[in-house]
Amino acid sequence: MSRVWLLPALAVVGAIAFVLAVALGPVSVPLVDTALVLVGAEPSDPRWTVVIGSVRLSRAITAALVGAALGVAGLLMQTLFRNPLADPYVLGVSSGASLGMAVFLATTTAAAFGATFGSGLVGAGRLGAVAAAAIGATAVMALVLTLARWARSAVTLLIVGVMIGAVTSAMISLVLVWTDPRIAQQFFVWGLGSVDATTRDDLPVFATAIALGLGLSVLLVKSLNALLLGDGYARSMGVDVGRVRIGASVSAGLLAGTVTAFCGPIAFIGIAIPHLARLAIGTSDHRVLLPATALVGAITALACSIVSHPPGSETVIPLNVVTSLAGAPVVIVVLLRSRRLAAGAVV
Amino acid sequence: MNGLLLDDLAVGYRAGRRGERAVLKGLVARARRGDLTALIGPNGAGKSTLLRTVAGLQPPLAGAVALDGADLLALAPAERALRLAVVLTERVDAGLLTARELVSLGRHPHTGATGVLHARDVAVVEGAIESVGAEHLAARRVGELSDGERQRVLVARALAQEPSVLLLDEPSAFLDVSARVGLLGLLRRLAREQGMCVVVSTHDLELALRLADHLWLVDRGGVLHTGTPESLVADGAVAAVFDTTGLAFNAVTGTFALEADRSSTVEVLATEPAAALITRAFAREGWRRVRGEPSDVVVEPAGDATFHLSTSGGTETVTGWSDLTAWARAHHPVDNDVVVVRERSQQQ
Repeated sequence: MSRVWLLPALAVVGAIAFVLAVALGPVSVPLVDTALVLVGAEPSDPRWTVVIGSVRLSRAITAALVGAALGVAGLLMQTLFRNPLADPYVLGVSSGASLGMAVFLATTTAAAFGATFGSGLVGAGRLGAVAAAAIGATAVMALVLTLARWARSAVTLLIVGVMIGAVTSAMISLVLVWTDPRIAQQFFVWGLGSVDATTRDDLPVFATAIALGLGLSVLLVKSLNALLLGDGYARSMGVDVGRVRIGASVSAGLLAGTVTAFCGPIAFIGIAIPHLARLAIGTSDHRVLLPATALVGAITALACSIVSHPPGSETVIPLNVVTSLAGAPVVIVVLLRSRRLAAGAVV
Repeated sequence: MNGLLLDDLAVGYRAGRRGERAVLKGLVARARRGDLTALIGPNGAGKSTLLRTVAGLQPPLAGAVALDGADLLALAPAERALRLAVVLTERVDAGLLTARELVSLGRHPHTGATGVLHARDVAVVEGAIESVGAEHLAARRVGELSDGERQRVLVARALAQEPSVLLLDEPSAFLDVSARVGLLGLLRRLAREQGMCVVVSTHDLELALRLADHLWLVDRGGVLHTGTPESLVADGAVAAVFDTTGLAFNAVTGTFALEADRSSTVEVLATEPAAALITRAFAREGWRRVRGEPSDVVVEPAGDATFHLSTSGGTETVTGWSDLTAWARAHHPVDNDVVVVRERSQQQ
């Protein structure tokens, strides 16, 4: 039933999407020249090297990593909570990351950098922001996990997540009251989501943090499969459920926190991608589903990034607009198709 | 000591810091390898708590559980998983997993960090699927299976763990009659063939009495009676636990029957299976069958579902089973309502 052979195919599609994301933009680079630049050869026009090297390449890498990270974070949370609608955004984990960011900005940027949002956050500043966002994300994750012990139905858990998100947003607003209005303004723009602000200098930190999160999730794959049957069965097979929960929470927190720190809270990727990957690959076996989710996530985020910078136009559509328009229908279909949720089933 | 042994085990919950709520305590029982042991008792007696404790899913309040002389609960969870497997009541929603993939999850304690199945693991999985007769289900998704089919697959998953002890909590709860008999029969065969200790909790007393080798019977006072079904029926333990107002355990048939005033008697002059059916139709209306002694009515089939009914007032002929049942109801001497029957007999 499982279509493992699709994994290489997804990788190929991912590579194509990557090349397209690099090639397309306000000025479109011919595909051949794009490929030449990407492999380090001389393009027909030296301008292309500059166009691609300055912005496009880091943007495409960021988009691919964002999609993979949010998809995997969503998958971890869906398995952990045994809830098809769990994801970092819905359950407030992204809000936790935002709160971490807001606190970090309010306490450091205003004082230390006093500059604009993006340029102020370089080097150690970026690292601090990632840490603050990851801590905020993991803290909310831990809170939701604790509350999930009492929230026995899928719907209750989602409502708890929404409430935590609301509280976190309120705290963010509170923090912003005492912040420089310019930074608050920047914070708002950042909240729309974007893969553009990540520069070449940011990529090592960004990629390393995402790689750590993904690596941790790979270690959990075997236990996550056992968790598909529920806590009782998993424990009866010798799985240390508590440890898996902590591992998955840290991994999801790191992934969602890092993405949020660099690109803002991005909606719908986390919830929709695991479902698309399951549909494509036809199994819940995490050994296949996890890489498939990462690949489908990367492809989707690259596509969203292309759409948010319509080729031949200077317009930039906020990323969250694109992901919501694409992701909401997926979530609605999942809701309608899930008989268990429709019946108000206990998870 | 061969098999599973409960040694002065107390099970229950720790409430608060110092409080304990023992559901069952002082349990001493044994389940031999090769035996199907049925755990029976009224609802809320603590059967699930006992099984979960033996499985190591919750800590015991006191005592120990030994398997072949070794302390089972002292083992690390991963070690215990090599010896003991469970089929729980929690609903399994395995998403897109096929039955074979679900059974493969049973190899979890035996595989390495990556969970890759080697040739021997695959062989064990296929063997487990085969031994529950689920070959035709293996490629189907678990979500598409019926309740009975899913229970079989869950049993196969437990078998794939290659356990010495197999614990099942109410595995037949949602199954129809034939699937229940099939499942318990399967468990009995697996216990015999694989030399496992199989302990199954069930509501189905009649089936347990028929198929189990050994019973663990929890009574309403939390006392555990153990023994063969026959010994527990003979010493009245089964009746003491399960008899309720208006319902009596019949040791002869091994079933429960409505307790009624059986003062009116019927003699059935027929061959089987007609005799048994006529007896049951009359028994339902409060008649008692007698043989070779004076009775209130003598029933004799006359072919084509026609019956001659001879009473002191003469002989009637009724046609069809429904008319026969109607006659039995119309002529029984006392109200069939059990409670009313009891009150009357007390007045007498």
